[in-house]
Amino acid sequence: MNSTPRTEPARVGTPATRVFGLLAVLFLGWVVVGGLFITPADAIQGDSVRIMYVHVPTAWVAYLAFIVTAIASAGYLFGKRHSLGFDRVAGASAEVGVLFMALTLMSGSLWGRLTWGTFWQWDPRLTTTAFLFVTYLGYLAVRGLGGTPERRAKRSAILALLAVLEIPLVHFSVLLWRSLHQEASVLSSDGDVKLDDLMLFTLLVGVLGFTALYGWLVSHRQRILTMRDIEEAKGIDLAISERIAEGSVR
Amino acid sequence: MKDVGFIALTYVVTFGAIIAIVARTLITGSRLSKKIPDQDKPWI
Repeated sequence: MNSTPRTEPARVGTPATRVFGLLAVLFLGWVVVGGLFITPADAIQGDSVRIMYVHVPTAWVAYLAFIVTAIASAGYLFGKRHSLGFDRVAGASAEVGVLFMALTLMSGSLWGRLTWGTFWQWDPRLTTTAFLFVTYLGYLAVRGLGGTPERRAKRSAILALLAVLEIPLVHFSVLLWRSLHQEASVLSSDGDVKLDDLMLFTLLVGVLGFTALYGWLVSHRQRILTMRDIEEAKGIDLAISERIAEGSVR
Repeated sequence: MKDVGFIALTYVVTFGAIIAIVARTLITGSRLSKKIPDQDKPWI
């Protein structure tokens, strides 16, 4: 039997990313249905607690993304080969982290309007979170400054290792200072889980779903960054060869 | 359901943004894949 030659170029998806995608669709589908229609309203907060199923997982994924950015940046800076693969994972993870941090701030603001009566307060948790968000916007701006991929990787890796130090400050801000923001509901300091079983289940499914989505997005985006670097390098090579050809004609 | 407007807005913005970024990622990936030869794609 003759095998048909492939005419379509290979895309960025692989079996692993398809698994991430499928898990994300299944789990996030439950978050929408369960979070909006099946889980009970909270005894104190009422229906506004439904925002939690989006707010908490997006905050978790943003933390995860920024920690992965720092680990990959350390891999680039301190690795023997200074592999640009680490830098691209760092960049892709930071992009996804900024998206999820923006969603955390948005959902927190709407939840705050319902529970506190205001969209925004200069509260320790909110202020440190906004500062973290702006820091990583700056990180992405630094990545876009230009120069060779190696220079981009080095300067952004140093920045990522400094920026990640803000995460403990954000997380523990509710304990360090007096804050409007509630302490952790699931991993509380006394070890007591203060959530109904179905609410806890939906929250954990949300964490898994958004984490799977993070895996899908980072895998795809770091491959896109790889192809952009190749495309840019080929463009520079072409420009150099054209200039050489121009010079030889003269 | 009380406060339905705020709750619905949270879900619409969150999942709308996610669908938009996933679509953009797929389109950009597909466009670049056509320009880059398969031997330069280490994930294959």
